[in-house]
This record gives sequence, C-alpha cells and structure tokens, in this order.
Amino acid sequence: MSAARGSLLGIEHLDAAEILKILKFARRMNPEKPRPLLKGKRVVLLFYEASTRTRSSFEIAAKILGAHTVLIQAVGSSIEKGESLLDTGYTVRALGADVIVIRHPNAGAPHVMARHIDVPVINAGDGLHEHPSQALLDAYTILRNKKKFPGLQVAIVGDIFHSRVARSACHLLSKFGVKIILCGPAELVPEIASTIARGVRVTRHIEDALRGTDVIMLLRVQKERLTGMKIDLPDYIAHYQMTAARLKMAKKDAIVMHPGPIIRGLELTGEVADGAQARILEEVRNGVPTRMAILARAVVRMR
Amino acid sequence: MKVHSTNSLLIKGGHLIDPAAKIDAPMDILIEGGHVAEVAPPNKIKGADERFDARGLIVAPGFIDLHVHLREPGQTHKETIATGTAAAAAGGFTSVCTMPNTVPVVDSVEWVQWLRSPERSAVVNVFPIAAATQASKGTTLTDFRALQRAGAIAVTDDGKPILEDDIMRAALALGSELNFPVVQHAEDTRLTEHCSMHAGARSFRLGLRGMTAAAEANIVERDVHLAMQIPNGRLHVAHISTADALKGVRRGKRARTRVTCEVTPHHFTLTDDDVRDYDSRYKMNPPLRSASDLEAILVALEDGTVDAIATDHAPHASHEKEVEFELATFGITGLETALALAVTKLHKEKRMPLARVVELLTAGPARCFDVRGRGSLGRGYFGDVTIFDPKKRWTFEAEASLSKSKNTPFGGWQLTGKVVATIVGGKIVHRA
Repeated sequence: MSAARGSLLGIEHLDAAEILKILKFARRMNPEKPRPLLKGKRVVLLFYEASTRTRSSFEIAAKILGAHTVLIQAVGSSIEKGESLLDTGYTVRALGADVIVIRHPNAGAPHVMARHIDVPVINAGDGLHEHPSQALLDAYTILRNKKKFPGLQVAIVGDIFHSRVARSACHLLSKFGVKIILCGPAELVPEIASTIARGVRVTRHIEDALRGTDVIMLLRVQKERLTGMKIDLPDYIAHYQMTAARLKMAKKDAIVMHPGPIIRGLELTGEVADGAQARILEEVRNGVPTRMAILARAVVRMR
Repeated sequence: MKVHSTNSLLIKGGHLIDPAAKIDAPMDILIEGGHVAEVAPPNKIKGADERFDARGLIVAPGFIDLHVHLREPGQTHKETIATGTAAAAAGGFTSVCTMPNTVPVVDSVEWVQWLRSPERSAVVNVFPIAAATQASKGTTLTDFRALQRAGAIAVTDDGKPILEDDIMRAALALGSELNFPVVQHAEDTRLTEHCSMHAGARSFRLGLRGMTAAAEANIVERDVHLAMQIPNGRLHVAHISTADALKGVRRGKRARTRVTCEVTPHHFTLTDDDVRDYDSRYKMNPPLRSASDLEAILVALEDGTVDAIATDHAPHASHEKEVEFELATFGITGLETALALAVTKLHKEKRMPLARVVELLTAGPARCFDVRGRGSLGRGYFGDVTIFDPKKRWTFEAEASLSKSKNTPFGGWQLTGKVVATIVGGKIVHRA
C-alpha cells in the first residue's frame, strides 16, 4: 500500500511545484484568525521522542483549524508496554484519527506506518532521516527575508550527520537551485554528505562556508545521538562556533537560523542568538502557519 | 499393472553436469540402493524399477547449501526443520548445513544428535554446524572432537563473530588437528553497533547508521593471517560481501592456506541502492553492499576466489520484519530462489558457464566442508540429484514458498531456471 493522499513523509520525493504550493497555502494561514478547515477532525500526535517546538506547534496549528487533538507519548502509553508501531497505528486509526502526526527516534518509522494505514501520515521528525515541516517553515522564513531562492547561498554549520533538519533542508533548497555548503568536522560532516542533493558541497573551514553566504543555518551538536562518538567540544567551539566576529564574514544582510533548541556558548554565542540578524524566534512563529498548511493539505484541497 | 518400487531409479535423457567428475554431456544415471550405480551415455543402461524422463533438462549432483538457519531448536514460529528442508528440496538442495545460533545454541553433542534425529522429519540431508564457543559467547571453545564425532560438519559462532585473537587462533589450531573447518561470520561488531545497512551514500540519505566494508575486511584479514600461521588450519568465510574482504581471501589462497568462502545470491544480485522506503525485506547481515563490491563478487565467483554459493536462508515472522527498519531482524529467506538467481544473474546476464554455476552449488561447497560422498555423481556416491530446466521462465511468489516465513525481496521477480526434481538417496523428494 502506498501512503494515503495528503501524507508528508519527507521533502526528498516532493517536487518543487508542490513545495511552492504548500508555502503559498501557508502564507494564507493566519494564526490569529481561526479557520475551521479541520472542524471536527481528529489529529493524533504520536510522539515517540521528546519535543517542545514541533509538538506544540502542530497542536496549536490543529486547534486553530478546528481539529480535536490527541497526544500520545511513548512514556505512559501502551508503547511502553511493548505495543508495536503498527499496532499503535491500527489502534489510533480505530479511534477515528483523520491525520497522524508522528515523531520517532527511528528513521523511516512514518514510512512503515503510512504503508500499512490508510490515514494521512505527517512526519514530525524520524531519527536521522527527515524533518519536512521544519524544512518547510525554514523555507517560509527564508522567503520572507530573501524574497526568492535563485542565487542564494546557504551555509549549514554543525552536526550534519545526526541532523534530519539538515537532510530535509538540503533536499528542499537543492530543488530551487540554492548553493548549499555543509560545514563542520569530518566526524559530523562526512564527505558522503555532498551526495545527498545537487549543489551541495562540504567544507571544513568556517570562513569558506560564510564567504558570500545569505543564510546561515546552525545546528545543535546532538549529544544524545553521538552513540560513542567522541567530539572535542572546546575544539568544535574554537573552529565552528558562530560569533559576532565570524558573522561579519558572511554577507552584510545574512540571516542566522537555528531549528532549536539552541545551546548558548556552544554552536553560537548569546550575542549572535539575540542579535539583529537572528531569525530563530521568527522560525518558531512561522512554524504555526506552515503546519496549519501541512495539516489542512492532509485533509482538504489546497486553495 | 506393474508395481513400482523405489529401489532403483533411472534418470534418462538428461544432460549431466558434474564438475567434480569433469562431465558436461548427455548421460543416463542409474541409482540403486540409494547410491549411484552407473553413469553412461544415453540408452546404454537398461531396466530399472522407476524411470525419470530428463529430456531437455540439466541433471546435476544434489545442491549443497553451507549456510541455512532452520531455527530449531527454539524458534519454530520462524521455521522448523520440516518446513525448512521442504523449502530446500523445492530449491534443489539435497543437503543443508544448519547454523547453531538457535535457542539454545547448538554447542553440545546432545543438540547435534537432536538435529540429526529422524523425528525432525527432514526431507533432505541435514548437517549441523555446531557452535565454536560455549553458548557462542566467544570465550571457551566447545568440544570440537565430540561434536565432530556426533556428526557436526563444522563449527561457527555465526552472528556473534569470534573477535578475540587468542580464541580464534585456538579454534583454528584445534580445527586443524581434527580437519574441522572453522566458519567465521566476519564482522567487527565493535564497529557496527546500531547499524542496519551498508555505510554509503544511501545510508546517509536514509539517515541509517552504516556498517563499513572495513568492519568485514578487518576480520577476514585477521583470520586469514591467523590461518596462515597454523599448518592445515581451515578457515571458511561465511557470506563474504565486500571487495576488500575478497582481497584477504585471495591472499590466503595464494599462500596455499586452506581458506574458503561463500557468497549469497542476494549479494550478487542486489546493492545498497535497492534499500528504499525502509523495506526490511532488504535488511540482512552482511548488508547489501555497493555496486563496486558487487562487481568484485562477480569477478571472484568467476576466478575461483569464491568456492560456493550459500543462501544464508534466514526466515523471520512478519511481526519481526514489519517494524521500524532499524528494529527489524536481519535476514531473508533464500532456499527457493538461489538456483534461479544464479542462472538469471550469473549465467544469463554475465555469461558464466552453467558448469561453473553448478560447481558453486555442488563440488565447491562439498570441498569446503568435506561433505563425503556428495557433490558429485561418480559411481558409489550418494544418489542425491538435482534436475533443473535452465531455460524455464517463471515468477517467484513469496506467498507460495514452502518456508514458514515469507521475508524475501524477490517476491514477484521474473526469473529463469527452475528446479524440476530433487532426489535424495534415490528418492524423489520434490517434483515441480
């Protein structure tokens, strides 16, 4: 069985036209004005992994659209008792779910769910794989600040290997001809990363990444996913931390983005996080209309 | 009406390929009392209780699979010896060597005898491979001598490779005294924790942690090095999958060390690029490798570096496979597709002579483990015969498999080459 219509499993297999359609749809969503596109619908948020931003953002988006939301977390549910992914899916479907939003520590879990359950499945982050709603809200944020994609250069700095945000961002930006530079030490940014999409290259030098760059996307070093890998944090900070001085190497009007949570003093300084070029909180704000569009698309035709 | 007894069987009109006897010609074969009584050009042999018309078909020594998981004792929800050997017969295998990583581990004489007992209802010959260390924990060697006497054909800690140099050296040394092969699943498990596929562009894209080729090659390198230091040490590398590991085997063979290796049909058919959409039917260990590894395997099959095709038949229940890719069990079934994949991929596509394909399924594996009286059809050999149609096109249906499990990526595949009959000790155990 293929995924139900309206599912959003990843960016890789979406075409550019569909992405633009979702972004256009998102621009017409107003978080201040309830729009009952999902009136009476049931949105189940299935979270197998901790989340603040993504979960609350989907929940708020669903409520503005008039949906009922049910949050199921691994801790305190049957999942803890050993229920399988698919059995949880069948149960949720039997409860009348109209949309399933799933966050999972294993890559591909939403795909397995979507293959067996005829309800639209939205991937809210799967392991190291993809985080499509984040990529869409980042694209939304970039377009609000930079107007158009062609000609842009984006540097993604940090733990690329463990980042589903980076993978989704590469797929999305590449579809619009954006030049993408991945920057970090070899353990976090393997050479093979450049094969993920067209127009992607890898560099070890922050100056090289920042020169001529319009958008800087910073990533957190995901200590919980390192699994034995040793990262020398002082060394990382010395070479890759975003400081006010380094920020000057980028274009004057460059913006700084970060999917959060940020760790001040590690991947960026407080000065940069609070500076005029930071768009970190704007990303959080843009998450709501973007996710409204994603949820509405799962159920109704985008207009 | 004439009463047929199965005392003697005449296989008539077929084309015999018996690489060990260097025969590739039309021949009739008479089997009497379970053994080959006569092999002669067409129409020379007269009279037999039963006849098999093999016109237009290839007649070969019964296939030998060096690597199967029949899951008994302990995991009968995946497979039993009865169902697994039925699948083997359907795939043309008259002998299978069973892996000891069962529940409990086959590390004692009692379990070896249990596996060989007629009560298991095996329809083909079962040769148990016993554990090399107690409970396959990698610390204390099992009693090789007693296990061998009880009927074990080799030892291995499959799935839990022997990492300690001292233990591996001791296993090879003891094996050399007894002429007992030590089989290694070459994987440095210290480097593959949390990994579910081959490390490469595909694993990066899918966000799956990858097993490097080095994790296999390092162990093969180490084992070959150890085997070279032990006179008459016998090392068999299971399901070899990388170009670098093949280099290690070549080095050993050049030094005249008794190192042998096997390759699975899936490793000469698929690559890591086939892992898509988190379909766990493509998840096995060793994982599907890169296209260049596959090329190296094809060369090695051709040039004799590889001794045998073995299936690594690894049945799993659907609830163990239809889960998150990273949590799914490793392994696929393979007994019923091995010949067809070999004919389709190696013979038809890569122009490997049919005689070499047959050698990799018969004489080759027989030599690896000294399977006595099998792997050839000379006079006095066991009457184990596989008869197949090398031109027959057919579609493999996973659901129709005789294995208890259906975890195969080859369901729906159009293949060429089909087993027509499987004969064990002169008795027809499978007929298509």
